[in-house]
Amino acid sequence: MRLAPYLFVLPAVALFAIFKLYPIAWSFVLSLFRTDGALQTFAGTANYERLAGDPLFWTALRNTALIMVVQVPLMLGIAIALAVAFNSPLLKLKAFFRLGFFLPMVTGLVAYGILFGVLLNPQGGLVNWFLGLFGVPEIPWLTDTLWARIAVGLALTWHYTGYNAVIYLARLQALPQDHYDAASVDGAGAWRRFWHVTLPGLRPVLLLTVVMSTIGTLQLFDEPYVLTGGGPDNATLTLGMYLYMNGFRYFDFGYASAIAYALAVIIAILGIVQFKFLGDKS
Amino acid sequence: MKKVMLTSTLLITVTVVLVPFYWLAIAGTHSTGDIFGSPPPLLPGGHLLENLANLEEGIGFSRTVLNSLLISLIYTILSGAVCTLAGYGFAKYSFKGRELLFGLLMLGLVIPSQVTLVPLFKMMLALDWLNTYQAIVLPNLALPFGIFLMRQSMSALPDELLAAGRADGCGELRLFIRIVLPPMRPALAALGIYLFLYQWNDFVWPLIALRTKDAYTIPLAIASLQGATETDYGQILAGTAVAALPMAVLFLLLQRHFVSGLLAGAVKE
Repeated sequence: MRLAPYLFVLPAVALFAIFKLYPIAWSFVLSLFRTDGALQTFAGTANYERLAGDPLFWTALRNTALIMVVQVPLMLGIAIALAVAFNSPLLKLKAFFRLGFFLPMVTGLVAYGILFGVLLNPQGGLVNWFLGLFGVPEIPWLTDTLWARIAVGLALTWHYTGYNAVIYLARLQALPQDHYDAASVDGAGAWRRFWHVTLPGLRPVLLLTVVMSTIGTLQLFDEPYVLTGGGPDNATLTLGMYLYMNGFRYFDFGYASAIAYALAVIIAILGIVQFKFLGDKS
Repeated sequence: MKKVMLTSTLLITVTVVLVPFYWLAIAGTHSTGDIFGSPPPLLPGGHLLENLANLEEGIGFSRTVLNSLLISLIYTILSGAVCTLAGYGFAKYSFKGRELLFGLLMLGLVIPSQVTLVPLFKMMLALDWLNTYQAIVLPNLALPFGIFLMRQSMSALPDELLAAGRADGCGELRLFIRIVLPPMRPALAALGIYLFLYQWNDFVWPLIALRTKDAYTIPLAIASLQGATETDYGQILAGTAVAALPMAVLFLLLQRHFVSGLLAGAVKE
């Protein structure tokens, strides 16, 4: 009885220590060394200084910030709208819609990256062909900086919106109905009910989804890797990709580790800020 | 009127969302020329077997599928065991250091996995484990989300049930197997599907740790085809269909367990 709980958690804790905590600490040490081929020399904060002056790092950071400021709020807004619709007594075929919108979530990132690459192919892709039927001129998806960003945003939105909507829906269904009834008696219209009852009720899961989307965006790798290769002209280069390039294409482990730590610090700071703004006051 | 508007708006939107699935199933059965033809193919074609044969010849696709299946299965079983044991330990016992250990594990939810990539690569290189199944399976066995999910589910188990078992003279391990696990079946199903999907679709770490063609998993294989000089999209999309469509079907069959099981973890505060 005394020992039993430790034995239950031991495998998880031991594996976590070996394959997560130890590498996390090791990574920090690596970030203080300069890598020249197989040779490693202590360099203090040189890697971090290099990072601060590296235009590509700032480009990747700006691209990531752009996705966070434009794509994430749009996606979460659509997800809230979907959840409210799913929860509405007016809607038919609820189960079908829930499943349909959730389905993209089970598709692997590489698979849907490739699929979107083909669908959005400027010459002969299904999307441009369809738009062409309505007289829309050929859109240079993936080859123009702005359209490539939109393409990555579309792919992300397709993949994650339904998942977020289902999380919101579960929360809405758990909200006490009498708040709505009281608001209706007070004569509040649909919009006011949404604003004063629905949105505040969603706050805890709103925080959860905002934090998850932020972490996901900062780590973004697969979609741009497969869909755009970070291009054109680095318009879709993300921090995750820049880290991979330095670590496993140029084998500059020290510099890649410094990028990883910068990433971790940014995530920590944003997480704290988001908790401050969206967290419960209590 | 409102009713019709709402339902038809969603019907149009969901069609847009589902078209890529339909088109993926169609495109893999055509040749590259047809796929980009005008108009694009909207019905199944006759090139599926040829595309699969090309995949087999080019990259040994059957080996790739076998790798993906075995890695995902082994991972699901082992990680399922690790997460379930830990979730139970954290939910149903109070012991010294519980909050600290659990907090440490949950740190894994917010620390970007990229931080561990370089050291893990060096570790696998030193152990001579690159291109092996264990290199892929071991590092993520203690999956923080899985542990969190199981702890949430286990907390709902009434303590009286455990007390009754102990009164009957059940040892702790027997108690776990005989009394705790059976009512946990829905949660275990959700965890199992989640773990399988996670491993089946995982890309970055396998991309780093699996460097030879015969060690590739499906995502690596189809991504590698895309870089080829003359990209054969018929092949790639047939491979992509094999990667994505079985998971969609699996999900549709088991969705009841999956969605409710996952939400049990996400929505409770």
